[in-house]
Parts: sequence; C-alpha cells; structure tokens
Amino acid sequence: MKKYIFSRFGYMLFTFLLIATFTFFLMHTLPGSPFNDERLSAAQKAMMAKRYGLDEPLAVQYFKYLGNLLAGDLGVSFQFDGRSVTSIIGERIGVSAVLGAQSLIAGTVLGLLLGIVAALKHNTFLDYGSMIIAVLGLSIPNFVFAGLLQYWVGVRLQWLPVAFWEGFEYSILPTIALAAFVVATIARFMRNEMLDVLGHDYIVTARAKGIRESLLIIRHALRNAMIPIVTILGPLAVSLMTGTLVVEQIFSIPGLGEQFVKSILTNDYPVIMGVTLFYSFFFILIVFVVDILYVLIDPRIRLTGGGSRANG
Amino acid sequence: MKWNQRIFGTSLLAGMLFLAGCYGGGEAEKDDSVKTGDGAESNDKKVLYLAAGGEIPSLKTNGPMDGLSQTILQNVIEGLFRLDQNDQVVPGVIDDYKVSDDGLTYTFMLNEKAKWSNGDPTTANDFVYAWKKSLHPDTIAPQAYLYGPIKGANEIQDPDSPSYGKVEELGVQALDDLTLEVQLENAVPYFTELLTNPVFYPQQEKFVEEQGDKYALEVDNLIYNGPFELTEWEHDSKWTLEKNEDYWDEKNVSLDKIEFRVTKDTATEVNLYETGDIDVANLSSEFIDVYEDSDEYNTSLKSEVYFLRMNQKKDELKNVNIRKAIDMAWDKEQASKSILKNGSIPAYFLVFPGFVELPDGADFRDANGDLNKGTVEEAQKLWQKGLNELGVQKLTFEMLSYDDEQRKSVAEFMKNQLEKNLPGLTIKINQQPNKQKLELEANQDYDLSYSGWRNDVADPVEFLTVFQSDGAYNWQDFKDDRYDEILKKAQTDFTDEMGRYKELQEAENILIGEEAAISPLYQAGSARLIKPYVKGLTAHGNSTFTYKWTTIEK
Repeated sequence: MKKYIFSRFGYMLFTFLLIATFTFFLMHTLPGSPFNDERLSAAQKAMMAKRYGLDEPLAVQYFKYLGNLLAGDLGVSFQFDGRSVTSIIGERIGVSAVLGAQSLIAGTVLGLLLGIVAALKHNTFLDYGSMIIAVLGLSIPNFVFAGLLQYWVGVRLQWLPVAFWEGFEYSILPTIALAAFVVATIARFMRNEMLDVLGHDYIVTARAKGIRESLLIIRHALRNAMIPIVTILGPLAVSLMTGTLVVEQIFSIPGLGEQFVKSILTNDYPVIMGVTLFYSFFFILIVFVVDILYVLIDPRIRLTGGGSRANG
Repeated sequence: MKWNQRIFGTSLLAGMLFLAGCYGGGEAEKDDSVKTGDGAESNDKKVLYLAAGGEIPSLKTNGPMDGLSQTILQNVIEGLFRLDQNDQVVPGVIDDYKVSDDGLTYTFMLNEKAKWSNGDPTTANDFVYAWKKSLHPDTIAPQAYLYGPIKGANEIQDPDSPSYGKVEELGVQALDDLTLEVQLENAVPYFTELLTNPVFYPQQEKFVEEQGDKYALEVDNLIYNGPFELTEWEHDSKWTLEKNEDYWDEKNVSLDKIEFRVTKDTATEVNLYETGDIDVANLSSEFIDVYEDSDEYNTSLKSEVYFLRMNQKKDELKNVNIRKAIDMAWDKEQASKSILKNGSIPAYFLVFPGFVELPDGADFRDANGDLNKGTVEEAQKLWQKGLNELGVQKLTFEMLSYDDEQRKSVAEFMKNQLEKNLPGLTIKINQQPNKQKLELEANQDYDLSYSGWRNDVADPVEFLTVFQSDGAYNWQDFKDDRYDEILKKAQTDFTDEMGRYKELQEAENILIGEEAAISPLYQAGSARLIKPYVKGLTAHGNSTFTYKWTTIEK
C-alpha cells in the first residue's frame, strides 16, 4: 500500500510539471500582450514589457518561473498592479471551495435519498417523480437554473438575497443552482445500483433469514451500492469547479472561476499560470484520493505485492 | 475489511468537519446597517449603493488605469484640476494659477487647506515626486504618454535618447511648498484639462516610500486628499467610500457614504436594482426595451467614437470607390436606434458634435456636416465603379470585431447590411478579445476592423492624429501629405487658434469625405437606471464618475 501511494505521488508530481510546462508555452502563443492598449505606442509597450521582465527570451522566462515556483513564488499580476498571485488566489479560493463543497455534500445527500427511494419504490409514482427531477437536473444548464432562481426566489418572492456573498443565506440559491446537477447524477446512479444490488442472491438469502427490512437496506444493500458512487464523486467535484464559474458570475460571488477567465482575456500571464496550476493540483489530488479510497472501500480490489489477500 | 471501512468513515467525517469550518470565511464582518430598498439608514445618513463591474485594477496614480480605477481615484485623491458636472475644468487643490505670455510656463499656487488624511498639506513636491515616478522606466505609468506636452517628457521615454530615464530633466519644479512650476514643450491650449487625469495626481513621497511594495494595495496603504476616503476594500467583492471631513471643499459634499459591490452580470445588476439593493444599474441593449419608457431610464453620451478601419495594405481596399461604397452602404441610423439603443448617435464624423467650440461660438462639427452620408444607390454605383476598376466581380473581406454581446450584434448588423447592399461582397467576422484584437490590428493582419477611439482632452487632434501616416496607431496604411502637414502643424503651432481649427476641419474632410479612410460608425452612449432620489450623479464622457456633487433626496 505504501509503495502504491508513493508511486502514485511520483506520477502526480510529474503530471504537475508537464501541465506547468505546457501551460507556460501555450499561454505565450496567445496573440496579444498584457500591455496592449489603444493608447500605447510600440516604444511604450516595450518599456512596460521590460518593467515586468517580458523582454527576455521565453526559455529564460520559463526557467525563472520554475525557479520561483519551487520557492513558492507565483509572481505578481499584471492587471492588478503589484498584487501577488498567491494573494489573488488566496482571497478567492475560500469562497469557491465553500460553495463547491456545500453543493457537493448537499447534492450527494439529496441524490442518494432520491435514488434509494426510487429504487425501493420501483415503478411507482415516487420512482417516476424522482427520475423526472433527475432528468430535469441533468438537462437544464445551470446558468438557466441560476437565472430562474434569482429572478423568482430573489426578485419576485424576495425570500432570499438576489446576489453577493455576505452570509449563509446568500449561499443558498447558488448552492441549489450548482447542486441540481449533482443531485440528478447521483440519484440516477444510485437508483440503478440499488436495483442491481437488490436483485442479488445474498439479499434474497438475507431476507429468507428474516432480517429486518431497514437493516437489510442499510447493512447489505446500501453499502455495496455505494461503491460506484465514490468513483463518480471525483469527476463530479471537477465538474463543480467549472460550474462555479458561471454561478459565481450570476450571483456576483467573489470566487476564483471568473478571475481565471478574465486573466486569459487580459493576457495576465502570472495569474493564468497560478490559477491553472492551482486547479490542476486540485484535480490531480481528487484523482489520487479517489484511487486511494477505492482501494480502501472495495474489498475486491487488491494490489499485488502488498497487504493481505482478500477472502471475500 | 472492517479496518478499511473505519478509515474511510473517519476520513469522510474529518473532511466534512473541515469544510464546515471553512464556512466562517464567507460570513466575516457583516455590515451593521440594514440594506433595504427604503434605506433604513437614510434618516440620518446619505448612502449611495452602487454596483461595480469587477475588482479595482490599481489605485496607484502610475498604475494601470481603467474607468473604474479612475473613478475611485478621482473621488479619493485630488489633483490640480478636476472635471465638473458639465465636463468643464475646475480647480482642484489650487487657489490660483498663472500662465506666461508665451503659454509655456504654468505656475500653480496650491491651496494650503488641501490636506492629506495623515494631516500633512498637499505640497508641490507631492506632484514633482509622483510625476517623475510615472515617467521613470522602473515605475512607468501606462498613461505616461499623456506627459507629452511637458518639457523633456518625450525624451525621458525614448530609449534612444541620451535623456532616457533621466526624470530629473522633466520640466517640473517645486518653487516652495505651495508653488509648483511646469515648463511646456509646446503651448498646448488644453494643458489644464490634461491635468485632470489621475496620472497627474500627487503622491506624498514620505508616505509612499514608507509603504514600499505595499503602497495602494489595501485601505491602510493609502492616504487621501479628495472628497472621499476609502474605508473598506474587500477585493473583488466590495468597497466603501466615506466622506472626507477634512476635505477643503467639504461643505459641497453631500453624500456620507458610497458602497460599491462587485456585480459581474447585467441581469444580476438589474435584479439588484429591482429589489432596491443598488441605486444605479447599467443596462445592456437587451434590457433597454424593457426600461426605455421608465422615468428612471437615463442615457449619456461618451466621448468615444467607433469606426471601421479599412486596411489599405490590402490591394482591394486601396481603391477609394470601394472604401466610399462601404462607408455609404449601411444604415448607421438603424445601428444606433435599433441595435445599440443606448443613446449612441450615428456618426458621419470623427470629431463628434459638442466636443469643441470654436472661438466664434460655432461648433467644430458645423463646417463639415455629415461626411459621406449617401444613399444605397450611390453606394452601389461607387461599388460597381470600384469593382470595374479592380476588374473583379466578387470581394471577400475579413472583419475584425469585439467579443462582447453588444458590439457583436453591431458587427452582425454591418455584415448583413453590407452583403445585402453591395452585390458580390462577402464579410467574414473574426471576433477577438480586445488584447488579441489590438495585436492583430497593430500587425495590420485584417481587412476591416471595428475599432474605436476615446479622447483624453477636448481637442480635435486627439482623434485626428490617430491617422497620421507616421503615427503609432495608423494601422491601415493611410497616407495623405496634406493631412500629415496639417496635423503636424496643429500639434506644435498654437498661435492662430481659429486658423488651426479651420485646418483641422479640412483634415477631417480629407480623412472621411475625400478618402474614406475609415467608415465612422457611431458615438457611443450608455444607458442606465437611476433611482429618482439620486440627484446629480455625474457621468463624464470618459466613462468615469464623480460623486462629489451627488445627493440623495428622499
């Protein structure tokens, strides 16, 4: 197990370096310069470039960047004069993380409930109802859903704030808008898994032994149906990262997503690099954690060359 | 198996606890005031609630400056002059000023009551220090080009000059604490107006040096001498301006507080306006239909003119008949009235009406009138003539355009009109983010380009120099000797004011009327909703705002 984790970690670092390198060179192929402005002449642009070290050959800039990166220095933004990339990410990431985590947790819990209910009440009104909700959640784009929520709940009914991020009540609408997709995905998945598990022989055996229905569901059915859910949690978390971008914009939430897009549009190289690396690190980490969790919860997966043999 | 599950369970629980702990960050320091549409606070305090489009890029006078930076700066820091409600130049921190007879030496007498928020007076050295900093290669301001008229400024910015970077050669001097003397290269008549730009604002040397790298990054790293002080700045989220009680003209400032909150989406802004969270909402064209009959609907004109650049590097566009046909063939009125709908006016000019008043009281615009305003039939005749001269039947042009919704629709409209009215013409639209678009333009890697220009001071050369053949922004190979001659003279010779304007009118006629080097599109307007109790909101032509004279009357 230790060896496995160690080698996965090595791959992580390598992937990270590859991403850093590709992003750096691709980013510099973007047309335009951060100092393009209607009013700046070529000579003035050259002066600005010099001020920020952009006049050096790309390779030199690349190794300088890597050196700084190792020292934990992500550089200084061009669009926000004098502000460090670390502080730009630091100021915004907390909000994005809370919003993303809240949506993931709320969405997963609700999705599981819907999925279980649908499976247990298979082919009833409850089943169809849950699945209609799930299909709607999957098919309505989150910006449409967010806009509708904002208008109806915020403006017309005035139950919740229209926008901004100044307390828990401000986070409810954006969370719902983001979680809809999670609820739908998890519910559909859970329903199918439960139906599958409930048809297995060991469930029939357990029933025959006279086990209480609630215990049967929790101990025997649910536990086995949960395993595949872990696999989709990783990709779901990643899709939330992109989802927050739109939702943050609509609800005027000071998160990282919008800043990322803006930095690309303004050729703010240090911020593009910083945010890309941050997102990729997060993504790689999720994949890593999911891999580890997988080994931990599924007894059928065993690694060769270490640990005890599975017996079940 | 049991062991594995326990680890899983524990880590899940730990993870959830960790995330729950994170939430506190979102709830930090809630404002004690209640924000409702009726303004529970308004009984004793006058508070204006506004939306801003994003984070403030910089609050350094030598930093990157957009409309937002400039708006905040001109409300918290004051220079020698400022623009009033009607965009007229009025004194800032000065009592008086003198101009020498040759118009080359300005002496400013500072107002001793104009104090910084740390109690020190605003001194002549604060200007000298800030100005030299804006020109020094290590700290050069993106807007350093505005220093052009001051003696020595161009050489200091020219890497090939022996004076490069020698800011001590700049023609500015503190005669004593309260007297500032400035030497000009040319007697530009608009020098005081130029000084209203934040790049000419003061920085107190003592304070700025003390702050080092941190200067202007947070509320505590700034001092103020303007009508308001920045008292709160949560990046990318909200900031607050409060009345500066020590401001020399404090009695004319009515607002107690202005709260800005970042709103990144027009629909959200409109929704916030509807619920009363904000007092002013900027509108994009899709919302104008809904609100244009409302009493709260306002438009203002910007000093921004858009035009189609026609790149004469492309052989087909060297033909003047083709260029004229393109300029005439599409309906500019409809673009302003039906597509933009925000108070923009159709342009048959480059120097817009109301921009410059001549010494005899006439408008600069009057002499030339509407240039190249023809009918579709005339355009088609010119087009056919041009095609015959070129010996072709069909032409395809790529049109470079902006990537925002509003200007996208204008580009689509132009494409449809031109293709419909000029048989054989195909237009391909190439949308680019602004920075990339500017790069393509500067490299002349386009055929037609939807482009714009904004002035800094009210003088026709601001717009006309763009098309000087050796100018830095003539990205279309337009060259006309007479045009160049007029422009060159107009930038150095200010002796005969009336004669200078007459010649500049001639130049504009050459550019559009005779040569159709560009096809003017429109002078931009902007539309917004303003709550009826907000009075005196000053929207300047350069897309900035001053709140000094704004009041709330409930």
